[in-house]
Amino acid sequence: MITLLYFARLRETFGFSSEQANLPADVTDVRSLTEWLRRRGGTWRDELAQDKPVRVAVNQDMATADTAVRDGDEVAFLPPVTGG
Amino acid sequence: MPVRVQPEDFDLGAEILNLRRGNTGIGAVASFVGLVRDLNHSTTVTEMTLEHYPGMTEKALAEIVEEAKRRWNIINALVIHRIGPLKPSDQIVLVAVSSAHRGDAFAACEFIMDYLKTKAPFWKKEQTEAGAHWVDARESDESAAQRWAAPSA
Repeated sequence: MITLLYFARLRETFGFSSEQANLPADVTDVRSLTEWLRRRGGTWRDELAQDKPVRVAVNQDMATADTAVRDGDEVAFLPPVTGG
Repeated sequence: MPVRVQPEDFDLGAEILNLRRGNTGIGAVASFVGLVRDLNHSTTVTEMTLEHYPGMTEKALAEIVEEAKRRWNIINALVIHRIGPLKPSDQIVLVAVSSAHRGDAFAACEFIMDYLKTKAPFWKKEQTEAGAHWVDARESDESAAQRWAAPSA
């Protein structure tokens, strides 16, 4: 089980800010996790498309596509930041 | 704590007094205060809401401050960033840096602000007369941050 978090525009588009998910065995890193979420279709496919500038953080550290995702992790999907 | 994320407003004078209290080696304090503007891309902004990622935002800001301490000879630094609903002319962000000499304080203050803009998880949603929308990231903020490309290790 992992915790998925969605912020800002993603939270509004998906309609919720967090969910618990059981990962299939072939989801092992950020790349495969994102592909798995994309297969939900609709807004998931659109918002997480490869050309979208969404960043991913694993356990509150910025991640890359190769960062491992394991049971118990907190994985957040972040639109480009606009603070300050 | 050199980093605070809070809905409350802040008092620049009080924060600077606090930052330099008890340290007579401080010869310079540089500060930056960011404000909500009422105009963005020629539409009138009536309100703005700041969202953050509790935990990661504070951690990202603390890491930026640590990086500034590694790069410049600074004595202390403070970052306050507000969240929640804000109105035009409200204060959004404060960065203050103390050092022995002005050069380090000026540079570190600008560095912290440039990195905050591009690396700290905050998101602005603007309410305008034409409706509400999430603010797009600006290319110019990214190039401002890239000026501080990591020094050769």
